[in-house]
Amino acid sequence: MSITEATDKPVSDVDRFVDKARAAAAIVSTIGSFEEAVDYAVDLGLKKELRRYAIDDSGVNLAGAVKTIAAPLLSGQEFDLLAAAAETHGLDCIGTGLRSHLAGVDIGLSYGDIGIAETGTVVVNCPDEQLRLATMICEYHVCILKRSAIVPDAYAAGQRLTEFMLDAPTYTAFITGPSRTADIERVLSIGVHGPLELHILILED
Amino acid sequence: MDAKNLKEYRKLCQESLDNEYLRTTLDTFAVAYRSGRANAFAGIDIDQLVADVAQMKDDTLKQLDDYLDRFTRMAEAAGVVVHHARDGDHANRIVAEIGHKAGCKRIIKTKSMTAEETHLVPSLEREGFEVTETDLGEWIVQLRNEPPSHMVMPAIHLSRYHVRDLFSEITGKKEDEDIEKLVKVSRNQMRKKFAQGEMGITGANFAVAETGTIGIVTNEGNARLVTTLPRVHVALLGIDKLVPTVADALSQIKVLTRNATAQQITSYVTWVTGANQCGAAEDGRKEVHFVLLDNGRREMVADPLFSQVFRCVRCGACANVCPVYRLVGGHKMGHVYIGAIGLILTYFFHGEENARNLVQNCINCEACKDICAGGIDLPRLIKEIHARIQDNEGHPLPSLLLGKVLRNRKLFHTLLRTAKWAQKPVAGSDGFMRHLPMIFFKEHDFKALPTIADKPFRDRWAEIRPQVENPQMKVGLFSGCVQDFVYPEQMAAAVALFKDHNVSMVFPMQQSCCGLPVQMMGERSASRDVALQNLNAFAKEDVDHIVTLCASCASHLKHNYPVLLADDPKVRPDVEKFCAKVIDLSSFVHDVLKVEEADFVGDGKSVTFHAPCHLCRGLGVKDAPRNLMRIAGMDYRESAEEDVCCGFGGTYSAKFPELSEQLLSNKLSNIEASGAVMVLTDCPGCIMQIRGGMQKRGMDIEVKHTVEALSERRKKK
Ligand code: SF4
Ligand code: SF4
Repeated sequence: MSITEATDKPVSDVDRFVDKARAAAAIVSTIGSFEEAVDYAVDLGLKKELRRYAIDDSGVNLAGAVKTIAAPLLSGQEFDLLAAAAETHGLDCIGTGLRSHLAGVDIGLSYGDIGIAETGTVVVNCPDEQLRLATMICEYHVCILKRSAIVPDAYAAGQRLTEFMLDAPTYTAFITGPSRTADIERVLSIGVHGPLELHILILED
Repeated sequence: MDAKNLKEYRKLCQESLDNEYLRTTLDTFAVAYRSGRANAFAGIDIDQLVADVAQMKDDTLKQLDDYLDRFTRMAEAAGVVVHHARDGDHANRIVAEIGHKAGCKRIIKTKSMTAEETHLVPSLEREGFEVTETDLGEWIVQLRNEPPSHMVMPAIHLSRYHVRDLFSEITGKKEDEDIEKLVKVSRNQMRKKFAQGEMGITGANFAVAETGTIGIVTNEGNARLVTTLPRVHVALLGIDKLVPTVADALSQIKVLTRNATAQQITSYVTWVTGANQCGAAEDGRKEVHFVLLDNGRREMVADPLFSQVFRCVRCGACANVCPVYRLVGGHKMGHVYIGAIGLILTYFFHGEENARNLVQNCINCEACKDICAGGIDLPRLIKEIHARIQDNEGHPLPSLLLGKVLRNRKLFHTLLRTAKWAQKPVAGSDGFMRHLPMIFFKEHDFKALPTIADKPFRDRWAEIRPQVENPQMKVGLFSGCVQDFVYPEQMAAAVALFKDHNVSMVFPMQQSCCGLPVQMMGERSASRDVALQNLNAFAKEDVDHIVTLCASCASHLKHNYPVLLADDPKVRPDVEKFCAKVIDLSSFVHDVLKVEEADFVGDGKSVTFHAPCHLCRGLGVKDAPRNLMRIAGMDYRESAEEDVCCGFGGTYSAKFPELSEQLLSNKLSNIEASGAVMVLTDCPGCIMQIRGGMQKRGMDIEVKHTVEALSERRKKK
């Protein structure tokens, strides 16, 4: 094909990211502001059923349990916004103390540092333990990713990854879709020990 | 798996063959894996990627100590305690001491082949720790008190019903067999273990020297919890996990996940750098230990041939495509590590006694080599180990005998001729019975064996040798013993076809068996002697090509001779010349003679193809025979799994007749399903196997060498 005839525009990194993330069973939307992320997270929390796990021999205790959103490391202003919205709808919002919530957190809200288009991966660098826990023990992980943070492939992120790791100690997570397993009869099931759902909100910037 | 000798081992394999569930599962998996993998690699130059990763690992190995140093310094600077373990016991002791010192009792663990290698869990349990496997598949096999049966899918041998019953015992109520629900049972049960774990144990998929980081590639999310919740984290990893940079680790991930589970990437890649914040620790810092395990690795990488094993990323693909694994499952095809790499690592990590029987259970089909993420020549290493064990423990009689016989061409050929007469009273009128080298073995009743021909090709040569007026080229014919003594008509068909294309031919009488049968049996020195004989037989002939109708001979002559004769620099130029000239029948007719439709009278007969292992993988020849069928006017119909081994494997079918029989049975069914009335192939061994199977099953499908089908359709000149 000659250049003048070329009609296929190259797929943008963002489009590719969205495709790949969805192929990995992530739920992807686009938002225009942080406020929309707040609405999204609260709404998701309201819709889902409350679930808790036994963390000792006393079993599951749902009495007095309130649906909870964990969102460590937001700026003060952003956290206040989220906390206010959560309160209006009868949800709890926490930014610390995740270790006392191992029985279950309904929503974990975090930012992602990098998006890798080739595989639909979000990279969350989390030296902070609270952030780490929020993204692991939550049932649904809602991850805000700035559009500008999306790169074509992992190599393009190599330099930043190395910088993260040279600033030790740190704990860097590549997250692609929700947790999954195919350990029983090789049948794919979504939601094992990590989040049951991964929601990625691409924030226009 | 405990088998004292080959006989017991065969019995164990038979148990697997009888396990209907296992067989069906592995069959489905083998087929699904191939297409899944192809999708995962779409748009990627696999060969290049594999070569790059191999190069990176080879380079790392050259400066192993520097990188180990760098890794250790970086990790220590970030607050990690780094330990070096000589062997499995040493590693286990280190881990136990860490646990005791830190006052831990409850341990949560993720899947780690290295921990399986050292038998870490039982050792910790003996020390009084309570260890829980948190990976679903590992937890299942732990509850059953079994080892994993696959490096990536530990519980692939079990069904949902097994798991249901197991989980019902744990929860004390009747669980549903719905897989989604069973997975949720593990989620529910495991949260408590995560919350209460005091020490977390993981393996690592790579260790990055430039940053002191370890990386863990997982799907379930358990590794993230195991590395975060407990106050102590111990990672046990082999020194082969080392990569220089983060970018190198990224390349390794790229090939690993695609090759292992046909995923472009797993749900999680967890990079742990240093002693992270930890709310459960008194000082708010996690206690982190990296235990770097040697356990025979340095010895292995010091060996020039085996150093390539350092490239293994433990993707498990070599088991996924192995026809033997597919039949017997992981518990019968490895001690701890499974599949082709399992046969090799067992020898280095768990000793000769555990490897002795296993290394013989390789049919040499090269499917593993073809798929390996590290580009490791696995079949060759397996054969080498077999040879070493035999050199060390003594050679079994049949193998010795065959070696002795093959070394002496005259004796060998006399024996074959005698066999012709010896077989008379039992030979069927249909031309089937036992023949050499199978004459040394029993238990071949699953297929009819052909008789020795009345007159071998070498005795006919003088009569049929054509006069070619204006030769276009000169070709040396290499017959191999089967075509010489069993199927001389195939050679004759080739001679007629070549003559039409003005090819003049010679057949050096000093040639003998190519040597592959003895190589397969671990008779290295006999194999070398035979190679020299053949080299000399052709040295005097000034030919343009050396054509053979046997794909196994061709691949052995071309690829193994240079290795076998590498220790003799005097013959190197001759070997190079010889190998460069060797060509298989289909490639010769297609690429050199460049036959055209006009050369044939087509009849539209429906045919299918069996791709011999040593043709499609050994020589990388894929299109030539299929194009030839079309050019000669036949109606080629592809059958399923054309490139999967037919089960012949030379002497393999004599050693493991049960397995050979099963492979053959799959092959016959696939051929039948294609609806073709004739099957072609490019190897007399495969013909012997498939024809014999057809005869036994009473199937009415012709089995021919490609050259016969071509020659029969020649336009008369
Ligand atoms: S060569 Fe074939 S039979 Fe041998 S280990 Fe490899 S895949 Fe299995
Ligand atoms: S030997 Fe090759 S195919 Fe087998 S596990 Fe290692 S890298 Fe994978």
